[in-house]
Amino acid sequence: MSNVPANLKYAASHEWMLLNADGTVTVGITDHAQEALGDLVFVELPEVGAHFDAEKEIAVVESVKAAADVYAPIAGTVTEVNQATADAPESVNQEPYSAWLFKLKPDNSADLDAMLDAAAYQGIADAA
Amino acid sequence: MLKKTVLNAAHRALGARMVDFGGWDMPVNYGSQIEEHHAVRNDCGMFDVSHMCPVDLVGKDVRPFLSRLVANDVAKLQVSGKALYAAMLNDAGGVIDDLIIYFLSETRFRLVVNAGTALKDLDWMQAKVAEWQLDVTITQRRDGNQPLGIIALQGPNARAKVWSVLPQAKAATEGLKPFFAAEVDQYFIASTGYTGEDGYEIMLPADQAEALWNTLHAAGVAPCGLGARDTLRLEAGMNLYGQDMDETVSPLDAGLAWTVALKDDRDFVGKAALLAHGQQKAFLGLILLDKGVLRGHQKVITASGEGEITSGSFSPTLQQSIALARLPLGVAIGDEVEVDIRGKALKAKVVKPVFARNGKAVI
Repeated sequence: MSNVPANLKYAASHEWMLLNADGTVTVGITDHAQEALGDLVFVELPEVGAHFDAEKEIAVVESVKAAADVYAPIAGTVTEVNQATADAPESVNQEPYSAWLFKLKPDNSADLDAMLDAAAYQGIADAA
Repeated sequence: MLKKTVLNAAHRALGARMVDFGGWDMPVNYGSQIEEHHAVRNDCGMFDVSHMCPVDLVGKDVRPFLSRLVANDVAKLQVSGKALYAAMLNDAGGVIDDLIIYFLSETRFRLVVNAGTALKDLDWMQAKVAEWQLDVTITQRRDGNQPLGIIALQGPNARAKVWSVLPQAKAATEGLKPFFAAEVDQYFIASTGYTGEDGYEIMLPADQAEALWNTLHAAGVAPCGLGARDTLRLEAGMNLYGQDMDETVSPLDAGLAWTVALKDDRDFVGKAALLAHGQQKAFLGLILLDKGVLRGHQKVITASGEGEITSGSFSPTLQQSIALARLPLGVAIGDEVEVDIRGKALKAKVVKPVFARNGKAVI
């Protein structure tokens, strides 16, 4: 049973989102996603300033086993990336909700409201 | 419906992450694949390889049959228990399967073939016995009557662990050189493996496999999944059937020339094609110099033309990404090449295709 914090929003493609006070959204991959991937060994982050439409490939996480795309859960512009996660990919396995990947400035902050809540995402993770 | 080995329940009880591996429900890891990898390089790990298929060949013509069937020469097998790694080829010289042949007596040999290829291998062998009109009885020992389970123990402490739980096996196995087997009671114990470490592969009656597995686990042997098995064999520079070679690939283009005995009069299936075509590609190792992970099917750009990665991953021993690759002839060890990873050209160095063995990096 994977950990799904109640204070976050989720995408069905296994990203979590945290709304910050400045209006940006911090994005990482869920506990379920890291567990399915296994030991992560490489993280490729987007460029700061780049714009992504929702559901576009924005980052890549690679485990020993396989490469997986990370999708922009909502449309927005990258304001910051977490180099510490890229330098220590295993931190995503250890602390998936601390080892964030990037922050987005949403095109439309209301988009976040349409994302899954913890209960809805738990259902998807359990079925996967 | 996925097929299950006799150890399926034991894997689930240990919390294994199970995957569909060529139609078999197999453990990919029991937690951390990297920790399992290090356990084998530094101590001892065990793998369930009961999905692989032992095949017993019995009859007065087994030796002449194998002499024509595979590209390596069973004339090298003169001491009882000796094992030989060999490729079984089709008429075009492509690899039907790679397998291990154990010589037990002039009328009894045992093969172990890959899981996903076992049925086609058996069909091929039966057809050849009929075509050549030989006295060979072929019995597969994975399903049906008298099935065998296979547990591979690998690592510097593997032998000691085996003797601790099977003390009766020590006398017959402690003198085993690499690539030999001994039969002790119901156990067939071979000093073979797929990791680049010392160890034993133990075949035993399938209904006893779970008890031995649990005893080894209680003795401190780390259960290891197919994930670690793949990174270990890749570091050791050992080919994986279906990735590094298949029926369309010559063994000479898959780094298996050392297993092809071409220099005498012996005829074998595929020999004429190998002689006609010769070696067309160089099969070499790559180490990624930039950050990223090499994977199968990525394109390699060299000064001599394009090539392709056949197997790639992250090497837990080297802490870098490594790969096996089929490259144009003319590419040499030490060359720098580029690998196309998601549209970016990343730098890699060409190396001998052996990265780590016996606990250490060899690059």
